[in-house]
Order: sequence, then C-alpha cells, then structure tokens
Amino acid sequence: MTVRVTLELPSVLADVAGGRRTLAVEMDRPQPTVADLLDLVAGVHPHLVRRLRTESGQLRRHVNVYADGADVRGADGTATVLGQNAVVLVLPSVAGG
Amino acid sequence: MQVMLAVGTKKGLFLGWSSDRDTWEWEGPHHSMAAVAALAIDTRRSPVRLMAGGRNEHWGPAVFTSDDRGRSWTEESGGSIAFPSDAGADVEQIWQLQPGPASRPDEVWAGVEPSALFRSEDGGRTFELVRALWDHPHRPDWQPGAGGQCLHTVLPHPTDPARVMVAMSTGGVYVTEDAGASWDPSNRGVRIPFLPDQEAEYGQCVHKVVRDTENPDLLMLQNHGGVYRSEDGGKSWQEAQEGLPAIFGFGLTRTPGPDGAFFLFPLSADMSRFPVDGRAGVYRSVDGGHAWSDSSTGLPDSGFHTIVLRDALTTDAADPAGIYLGTRSGEVWGSSDGGGSWNQLVSHLPDVLCVRAAVLP
Repeated sequence: MTVRVTLELPSVLADVAGGRRTLAVEMDRPQPTVADLLDLVAGVHPHLVRRLRTESGQLRRHVNVYADGADVRGADGTATVLGQNAVVLVLPSVAGG
Repeated sequence: MQVMLAVGTKKGLFLGWSSDRDTWEWEGPHHSMAAVAALAIDTRRSPVRLMAGGRNEHWGPAVFTSDDRGRSWTEESGGSIAFPSDAGADVEQIWQLQPGPASRPDEVWAGVEPSALFRSEDGGRTFELVRALWDHPHRPDWQPGAGGQCLHTVLPHPTDPARVMVAMSTGGVYVTEDAGASWDPSNRGVRIPFLPDQEAEYGQCVHKVVRDTENPDLLMLQNHGGVYRSEDGGKSWQEAQEGLPAIFGFGLTRTPGPDGAFFLFPLSADMSRFPVDGRAGVYRSVDGGHAWSDSSTGLPDSGFHTIVLRDALTTDAADPAGIYLGTRSGEVWGSSDGGGSWNQLVSHLPDVLCVRAAVLP
C-alpha cells in the first residue's frame, strides 16, 4: 500500500529542500511513521533532515512537527503513525535572543 | 601583507581584512543566527581553508568550510561531526577546530560538547569520533561547567603526530602518546577548588591550555582558579601567578616566535566574573610564565564590565605579532606591536565567542 504524505516546510528551509516549501512523499509501507518520512526525505535532502533531527534521531529541541495539526510530541513523537494524505507541518519554535 | 581576522559571535561570523592592521574592512554576518564558537584558518593548505563551527538554536551544529576566503561555503550533509549511532549521544556544540601539525596537512581535530574528540583526515570536511577517549573509564565522572560539558582545547604536538593534548571542563587535561589509542590524565599539580579532594588525578575545570611555539614541552594553563605552567609537556604543573591581579579567567594565547610572549585576560573570581576593578587588563609574560606584567595601554581603564571568553584572545603570525581580543559586548581590540598598545578595531557586534587571525599569502 502506498501512503501519500505532504511535508510542509518554513520558507527558511526551502534552500535545503530543492527550493521548495512543499514536498510530496510516497511511502510504500503500512503505517509509516514520522521517522520513516524523515528517513525517506533524508535520502534526497540530507541537509534538510539534519536540521530537523539529531544524529540519534531525536527531533531538535526547537523544531516542532505537526501531523494533521497535532504536535507529534503530544503523540508518539517520531514514532507517530501517518495516515493516507497526511499533512506534516514543520515549524521552528520560539527560541533565541 | 593581508591579515584576516575571523570573529565568531553568538549570531554569526564576521570577517575583518587589513593590510596594515590599523585600518580594517569588515563583512558579515556569515551563517547568520548561528553561534560560531569554533574557528580555524588553515594556512597549511593552498588555498587557505576557513573552518567555522556553528550552532543554530533551531537547526543544530555544523562545520562550514570555505576555500575562497568566505565568499562561498560548503556544509557536509551530516553536519561534518556526528556521533555514531551506538554512542547514544548528540553533538550539542562544536567548541574547537584545530588543524594538526604541518606534516599532516589533511588532519584537523575537533572538540565538542558533550566532551568528545573527533579527527578529520580530509581537511575538516568530515570527522570521526576518537573512540578511546569517548570510552575512557573516567568519562562518567566528567561533569559540565557553566558553559556545558565541553572539550574545548586540542593541542597537537608540532613534531610528533602521535602526541596530542586535550582539555575539558570539567575533566581536566588528558594526553595521548600513541595517536589517540589511549589517554591518560595529565593534571598533577592543578588544584580543584570546587571538590573536597583538591589534588585529584582528574576532574579539574581547565579553561584553556596554550603551548609555547618554540618549546613544545612548555605549556600555560588557565584553570578555574589558578594559572599554571608546565615544562615537561604537562606531566606536572606549577603555579605561574606572579604579577597577576587575579587568577581566574578564560582567554590565553601565545604570540609565535622566539621573542613571543604569553598573554592572559584575568577576571576577578569565579563568583565575580568581571575584569578586576572594571579595567580591561591584559597581562604578558615574556619568561614562560615566571612573571606577568600589565600590557593594557590603550584599553579602557574603567567601566569595562564585559569579559573575554576562552577562544577570544588570539594572535596572528606576523612580525611583530598581532594580538586580538573579542568581548561579550561585541568589541574587538587589537595590538600590532606585541601588546605594547591597543586599538578598538570594531564594535557593536553580537557577543564575541571566538577570534582567529592569520596572515594570508
């Protein structure tokens, strides 16, 4: 089964995503997760995914990821399962000074 | 002569250019919003390679390299420095980028937080964890200082590539004499003012160590309370505080050549991290740390309540050597006469974390 997911990015990350803010991703596995999505995208846009998660696979502290509007940290984190036509939104949190 | 002054700040990298070290042209910020705490200007290579270790609060740490004097930059896909998956750790910040000896032009060392050492064999593009230090049985005892648990100093031996010294806060000084296969603490004589056992083998909060350019066994150490010297490559340390107004501080450097000197920027105390009496005081030792004397002409002598961080006091390799210091209030000061007098080179930058200078071909 192919699960189609849309990854939406902030404009500041477009330059490491081939100039795009929206990536359409197809995953040929049942119940794909946010981690699966990032693994797949990393194969094409490694500089992008490095900005989103650490080398051990944790979402960076000030990166928020929403799956169909819900913060994945309030669900299963990067193990959150993505449904058909899910929209995954990446937003930088408020940080810095 | 063209001198490049690279200034790493809390919000990016600024580059200064000068042919006479009196007038400077500035550009930047490069890597805007990344805290650039580690810099290296690798003059062993042609063209010269500029390396910057930055940490963006959102997007994490990475090494950026430039072979065209900062006009364009390369970032490796993995950020250059990353722990292997079985290490169970993530790089928080890159604290040090240090080219290896001249005989190994592709070797670059990196110190990071959490305390770990990485080595590059491709001129700083990619790095590999030095396992023996990461797996050291002392590592569980290393504790973070106020700045984080960081390995902030790497001193390759100039003629023996198998010998490398590192320093960390906390943990202290460790050395290898077999190219990183094994590491031993090297803190004998360096006190630990914040632990019951002040003469423990390791656990010191060493702030910076600098090697003499003429005698590789002569080293100067700014400790968390105490300035020390070693004449035996770090096997033992003796206090070297005569003439200093205070023994706490971070910034330490050594101008190159037989007529060079060590320079320090003392702060009042660990519980009062300000210049002594609000005065920007640089101290110079021309005798290997036996005695220090004031070398602050031209620096503010009152109302100076900012500090110089551990890698924000540096030198170039001109003759006479230039000395540069950056402050947390965004100023850079320079001396082109061996510390005889100082001038402000730039102001109103973000907090200065790191300064490096080089004479370019």
